[in-house]
Amino acid sequence: MSTQTESKILLINEKAKMSRIETVRLIEKAGSGHYGSSFSSSEIFATLYYHVMNFDAKNPKWPDRDRFVMGKGHAAVGLYPILQDLGFYSKELLDTYVSLGSPFGDHPDMNKIPGIDFSSGSIGHGLSVCVGMSLGARIDGKKYRSFCLMGDGELHEGQVWEAAMSAANFKLGNLVAICDNNKVTVDGVISEMMSIYPIREKFEAFGWRVVEVDGHDVKALIEVFDSLPDVDSEVPTLIIADTLSGKGVSWMEKGYEWHVANLAPVDIERAIKEIEEME
Amino acid sequence: MVNKNLTEYYGSLSHLDNESWELYRSLELAKELTAGETLAKLGDEHPEIVALCADLGKPTRLIDFGNKYPDRFFNFGLAEKNMVTAAAGLATTGKIPFVATYASFLGLLCAEQIRTAVAYPNLKVRLIGTHTGIAMGYYGSSHHATEDISIVRSMANMTVISPCDGTSLADLIEESVKTYDGPIYFRVSRGREDSVYKNRNIKSKIGRANVLRDGNDIAIIACGVTVQWALEAAEILAAEGIQAKIIDMHTIKPIDVDCILQTAKEVGNIVTVEEHNIMGGLGSAVAEILMENGAHCKFKRHGLNDEYSIIGKPYYLYGYYKLDGKGIAEVAKKQL
Repeated sequence: MSTQTESKILLINEKAKMSRIETVRLIEKAGSGHYGSSFSSSEIFATLYYHVMNFDAKNPKWPDRDRFVMGKGHAAVGLYPILQDLGFYSKELLDTYVSLGSPFGDHPDMNKIPGIDFSSGSIGHGLSVCVGMSLGARIDGKKYRSFCLMGDGELHEGQVWEAAMSAANFKLGNLVAICDNNKVTVDGVISEMMSIYPIREKFEAFGWRVVEVDGHDVKALIEVFDSLPDVDSEVPTLIIADTLSGKGVSWMEKGYEWHVANLAPVDIERAIKEIEEME
Repeated sequence: MVNKNLTEYYGSLSHLDNESWELYRSLELAKELTAGETLAKLGDEHPEIVALCADLGKPTRLIDFGNKYPDRFFNFGLAEKNMVTAAAGLATTGKIPFVATYASFLGLLCAEQIRTAVAYPNLKVRLIGTHTGIAMGYYGSSHHATEDISIVRSMANMTVISPCDGTSLADLIEESVKTYDGPIYFRVSRGREDSVYKNRNIKSKIGRANVLRDGNDIAIIACGVTVQWALEAAEILAAEGIQAKIIDMHTIKPIDVDCILQTAKEVGNIVTVEEHNIMGGLGSAVAEILMENGAHCKFKRHGLNDEYSIIGKPYYLYGYYKLDGKGIAEVAKKQL
């Protein structure tokens, strides 16, 4: 591994930690929020935004930028600090999080927040939006990719499968879906409630290329994203990222109950300490 | 059925009687479904136009665009929710997506996708719900849409338009491409209706009602397919010495407030007509304007009275629900 790659991995891990700590800080302002599902996506956010995607923070609507759509919009609180860190908006603006009239709510609004490519929150829409964005790229001969971050619970939604079918049918090799496979939803453990498995075989049967990766291993994530087929290729890719809900905070890693939660000040301190000590 | 040589195929059917028809030939009857044809005319000047259908490209005649621009025409199969949401994604890339399917599978089935992915982000997506109201006749309530105006007009940012014929639809679609922003829901019938505007030199403009006939005894405000029958009703009433003002309120949102208030003041008696539940549709929209402006006039909403349509052939149903010329005249007379 080159020194350059090593320092990139270090940087991305630091940014993922930053996202988690800021998430704790922002959720304190709100009084409750999506810890579990944001923490499972932290390394994915950071790898995409500090390594993979092309964008211009000074020109958020740059037509040639890569697109990022959150099927799991409820994890936006983990993305907001990253966009702020990259210069899409100021810390002062982010600090208005969920206050009356703030651009920043629990779910992201594309018309209010620079850098948000689509408003989301209704689980199951994201992949369809990316199908549209990828078709738009194809019509215009543009070389950008559309990335969709889906929750694994999101695969319960029938629309995801409509979108999966159409992405393969329209030969959208410029579309990349990432499934944050944290195995839990609001009510419990997916395998016990409504099985979505096997994910790989299902998507392969729908005509997708599927790769699996440890979603908290930045080096592995970089390798997967660096090995994406050419943007002009014809098969969409699904990356199944094996993750842990609440990753980074010991007691959150133990149960689905931390999908939405609140922490008292003393536990905020405990959580931040654990995140800072993550390896 | 696989791809086939159409000339050979029709040749093989030459023994059949002329009255027999199949799906493709039935499209010739849908002459007022002009969206595809209009978009095909605009296609060169507006490369941003794209069209999406869900296995009903032919019955909605969106195929008239697809035949000319196959690279900008996408058939999503029977997956309407994906289609509507993908249209939203396309709109973010600078395209103007036109989405067409039966209104029951658009305004009703995709209500949440329309609200969340199209209306809330305020995207320039054009939704065309065809075969609306009870136009599908004996197909039954699953294929009727007597709630769609009510549903989509309660979505912020949404413009709602119910043109009465292909000429009006063409005018409004052209305006929607060239100068109008934000999402639009077009509500049209199955294209077999009479033309209202063909021999009238009146343009349709979004947000501005067209007064098709003057009269001082009663005003009939209609939208969509019922406009032609409101005109018929006016003839029937005129023969009895009753002068009816006929208004085509093609745009239900934003509604032409001035036209409504002026009519209330000048005529003092209004009947609204729509092939829609009287709750939440055109009649409700007009009533809101009258009440909030303190307009004093007689008023009646006429349409489906909070019920699902019985089974029948479309034109018998329109008669049964008093939405044809004779029925509207009867309702209007009672109101005098």
